[in-house]
Amino acid sequence: MQPAFDIHLEQETLIVRASGPWSRQALSSAPLVPDAMTKQAFDALPNAKAVRFLADDVTDWDSVLLAAFNAVAQKARAAGIPADTSALPGGMGPMLDMALAVPPRDGGGKKEEPGFLETVGAKTLAWPGITKNVVDFVGEVSISLARFFSGRASCSPRDMWNVLRECGVDALPIVTLTSLLLGLILAFVSSMQLKLFGAEIYVASLVGVSMVRVMGPVLTGIVLSGRTGASFAAVIGSMQVNEEVDALTGFGISPTDFLVLPRVLGLAVMTPLLTLYADVAGIAGGFLVGVIMLDISPAAYINNTIQFMTLGYVWTGLLHALVFGFIISLCGCYQGMRCGRNASAVGRATTAAVVNSIVGIIVATSVITIILTVLDL
Amino acid sequence: MIPENSAVSARNVTVAYGSRVIQSDLTFTIRKGDIFIIMGGSGCGKSSLLRVLMGLTPPAKGSVFYGNTDFWGAPEKKREEIMRRTGVMFQSGALWTSRTLAENVALPLEYYTDLSPRDIRALASFKLSLVGLAGFEDFYPSEISGGMKKRAGLARALALDPEVVYFDEPSAGLDPVSAARLDELILQLRDTLGMTVVVVTHELASIFAIASNSVFLDAKTKTMTASGDPHELLRHGPDEVVEFLTRGKGRDRGENQ
Repeated sequence: MQPAFDIHLEQETLIVRASGPWSRQALSSAPLVPDAMTKQAFDALPNAKAVRFLADDVTDWDSVLLAAFNAVAQKARAAGIPADTSALPGGMGPMLDMALAVPPRDGGGKKEEPGFLETVGAKTLAWPGITKNVVDFVGEVSISLARFFSGRASCSPRDMWNVLRECGVDALPIVTLTSLLLGLILAFVSSMQLKLFGAEIYVASLVGVSMVRVMGPVLTGIVLSGRTGASFAAVIGSMQVNEEVDALTGFGISPTDFLVLPRVLGLAVMTPLLTLYADVAGIAGGFLVGVIMLDISPAAYINNTIQFMTLGYVWTGLLHALVFGFIISLCGCYQGMRCGRNASAVGRATTAAVVNSIVGIIVATSVITIILTVLDL
Repeated sequence: MIPENSAVSARNVTVAYGSRVIQSDLTFTIRKGDIFIIMGGSGCGKSSLLRVLMGLTPPAKGSVFYGNTDFWGAPEKKREEIMRRTGVMFQSGALWTSRTLAENVALPLEYYTDLSPRDIRALASFKLSLVGLAGFEDFYPSEISGGMKKRAGLARALALDPEVVYFDEPSAGLDPVSAARLDELILQLRDTLGMTVVVVTHELASIFAIASNSVFLDAKTKTMTASGDPHELLRHGPDEVVEFLTRGKGRDRGENQ
């Protein structure tokens, strides 16, 4: 048996009659039947003054049948035509009435996908708002910092310690590994070229200067944005989801003072320190390559490194690190504080925090380099 | 304009979510010592109104007065001072999950007072025993049940001995016995500490057990359709309020239809 239907007009009443088995199982062998029924009914609707549903010969039914009837009835209602469900057997009629009890919301139904131009326009129009939010946030943090240094904002010492530990000591292993390897790589690659001139000894100064001046801070910054920036966004974001941030505000405690300030201060202190450590580890990596592979004597290697190192390079590196510290903590905290109130928003906030801070680090590096070059430092 | 004994009053407050107005033109007064119920069907804007009253989101229009002070017109310092004198029990508790229960209650005390850690700990233990959580000081919020989280949230709301306490759906998700016990607790706290209590709820059992005053928000007309003692509203209120107050009443006693 196949599901079947019959639609005809009887004295201006549209009779929609279903027969046979109308269940998901029966329809799997005749999937086009419901569509055909609604379509035929829609075509006949304009000539009708009422709709009447019949299902006396239906042997087996489930929601599939009701869904098809419902589609016809909703369409009829939209055209102001009453639907009569009283002749339906069993629970069908009451169930259909239940579905029809509340009219659909105005403008409801499927949301239309915005077109390409509309998307571009919406994204462009969002820019001033985003810019204002970022400026607001940076302003709030600046005020909070000013309050802190004038002794009027308290941030919990406990949170401060947690941040210092989390982005300081806890980050040491990964910073050691990455900078040591970076030092190795730099030494290898530069030695290949310098060998051509018999100037392998300059591997030492090349590794030393590039690590201290820019590679050390950039590497530390990238490790910290993946490690710490992401965790800032995730922690503050889930506090936002859980109303924990509201609970702070409810006590008149400023979330900026309480959550953002310790993180910004913590990273501003720890990034330069970690950078110094990364510099040393990187130079150690270069040293290994120089001494073991290039047969430079340890004393000569160290001597060459010191000879070309100036305090200016160290300061430049630390300046980079300080700026990166602010970029990472601000991106992480901003994304966390602006996080929406659902689980996927936390994921988006975390991703955005990492992406923004890495882009920020690269941009800041070039800006600082250009400025220092122009200033001839 | 503002009555003498007013703790919190709303004057022509409009609550909006973005550009969508949820409730408009709300005017009511919460007297000192009242247990004031904000009631209404699901989605009528009760919780949004609560956020406006407790100072988390500004109203789209109108003003909220604490005593004679216009809250949203006051400088930030003053606002923070007022918020310090209010406590909030959030729907899910909203405990700070990285801190133990005692530390949760202690945090506002640490922030605002110069008490010694010992005294703060003693105060925190006391507030926790008030809500029946003695001995749970060193538990983390993830280690206790939903009902206990709510009570811990209440202990935290009481940390600074507030003058006004807000409850967002206190009995939602609680079994009837726990819900009734929470109602009793609210009554006791009002009687002993003289607090003003503002409760958002649609639990009829709670409403009739504790309310001394109320406001009814209607989702269809998007404004308040009645205010006053719910017991009075039951007799003289407008039809939809009476329906709201009686429809589920039989249900609570298992006499539905």
